[in-house]
Amino acid sequence: MEYKLTYEGFYEALRKDKLVGLKCLECGAYTIPPKKVCSECAGEELEVVEFKGTGEVRTYTVVRVPPEGFDAPYVLGLVELAEGPWLLGRIVDVYPEQVSFDLIGQKVKAGHLVQEGDKFSAGERVVVAFRPE
Amino acid sequence: MREVAVVGVGMTSFGKSQKSNIEMFSEAAMDAIADAGLKSRDIQSLFLGNVLGGFEEGQIGMAAFAAADIGLPNIPATRVEGICASGALAVREAFIWVASGAYDIVMAGGTERALVMGTSYATRTFQMGSDSRYESGTGVTFPAVFAMAANLYAKKYGIPLVKLKEQMAMVAVKNHKHGVHNPKAQFRKEISVENVLSGMVVCDPLQLYDCCPFSDGAAAIILASADVAKKLAAKPVYIAGVGQASAGPLHNQKDITRFKAREISAKAAYDMAGLTPEDIDVCELHDCFTVAEIIAAEGLGFFEFGKGSEAVEKGETTYGGKITINPSGGLKAKGHPIGATGVAQVYEIVKQLRGEAGERQVEGAKVGMTDTLGGDACTIANIILRA
Repeated sequence: MEYKLTYEGFYEALRKDKLVGLKCLECGAYTIPPKKVCSECAGEELEVVEFKGTGEVRTYTVVRVPPEGFDAPYVLGLVELAEGPWLLGRIVDVYPEQVSFDLIGQKVKAGHLVQEGDKFSAGERVVVAFRPE
Repeated sequence: MREVAVVGVGMTSFGKSQKSNIEMFSEAAMDAIADAGLKSRDIQSLFLGNVLGGFEEGQIGMAAFAAADIGLPNIPATRVEGICASGALAVREAFIWVASGAYDIVMAGGTERALVMGTSYATRTFQMGSDSRYESGTGVTFPAVFAMAANLYAKKYGIPLVKLKEQMAMVAVKNHKHGVHNPKAQFRKEISVENVLSGMVVCDPLQLYDCCPFSDGAAAIILASADVAKKLAAKPVYIAGVGQASAGPLHNQKDITRFKAREISAKAAYDMAGLTPEDIDVCELHDCFTVAEIIAAEGLGFFEFGKGSEAVEKGETTYGGKITINPSGGLKAKGHPIGATGVAQVYEIVKQLRGEAGERQVEGAKVGMTDTLGGDACTIANIILRA
């Protein structure tokens, strides 16, 4: 059974700052990033939809000890999207040294950045990067 | 299902080792075999937790080589991988194979040699436990996940972050204090709240002493049917209940102050054992980070949600408190060789329930529990044991 929206499809849209995911035709729930079936009900009838790309930061951190291949410091956040799902992304256009607890609740808009591939990653990664609105 | 007992346990010291993954495993395995009063040829199958052998030593297929090293080149030997919960998954697999009647005597082991990788490369390989297509590329690390959990915990329960950080520091202080009495612990040195709060920041708000170390080490246990156990060990320790659950990538989990996988897994273990959190005398749980211990103690039902950090401050999680958590020193002080941790936690509970834990003995402990978390909580397993 063919995969409806693969990571390549997700990345391709994200490169244009469009956040795409799936809407379940059975229960109405949204699944993002895409999976084979609906995250909520395992429904198999799904349509590809573009998300608003907006949401609110629920929690965050500033990474200071990075994995090989990354330059610290950088800010990460879990964002609750307008459509309901939570999404992990970078938070950009903020200064890591100035970020505080007040970042929680910040309204953000999704864009992207490209993280180059390493020998383990099966190619480059297109990463969700949220900017304060 | 048949009743199953732990009849032998062994583990290496945790910390820096010059030995290979297999050499460490074999030392722990032969200690467990001797502890049970068996010979290696009595073992009918091996389940071995190992996560990063391919990156540490260029070694996959570890289980077959490990079995051969202890004189069992032909038994079914299976590597089990569930990130940092791998060892616990190996124990659960071994339990099921004995409980089912397929085998009478099975070994569960685990081994890991993370220190050889160095911090930067190790952080990259550990990061493979996050969703590689959608999350690893953000640069997320396990400290980052638990740092986000700490901030969310403070926000959700209205605890000032400064206060929560002090309470988190008390987890590290307690586990280091416990580790002093564990001759196999990586760190056997007391630390202070001030030490924790003056450490380098790893991922805000987590500082160095909020984090467990990278570690080398191995552990092994032998499980046998109750019939066999009665003929073997002076004090068999029975497996009363097991649980395991999954939760998918971080984005699936939403509120990471409560891990759904833990709540499902623990309920399965409690239900199988016919026990409740109030029945547990001693617990080895997954304190990969200080905040992780607080979250785990709540998720296992020892404290109300939002009250776990206060419980640490009140001394409820050490000797004389409501429940003694991590008498071994936990991942924080004992060390965390990720393939071995779940097995080493069972080792500690068995020692406690046999009354063989020496200076770190929890007096009168009759029922104990382990809790092991893999990755960003995509996998969690629990084992309940009784004397």
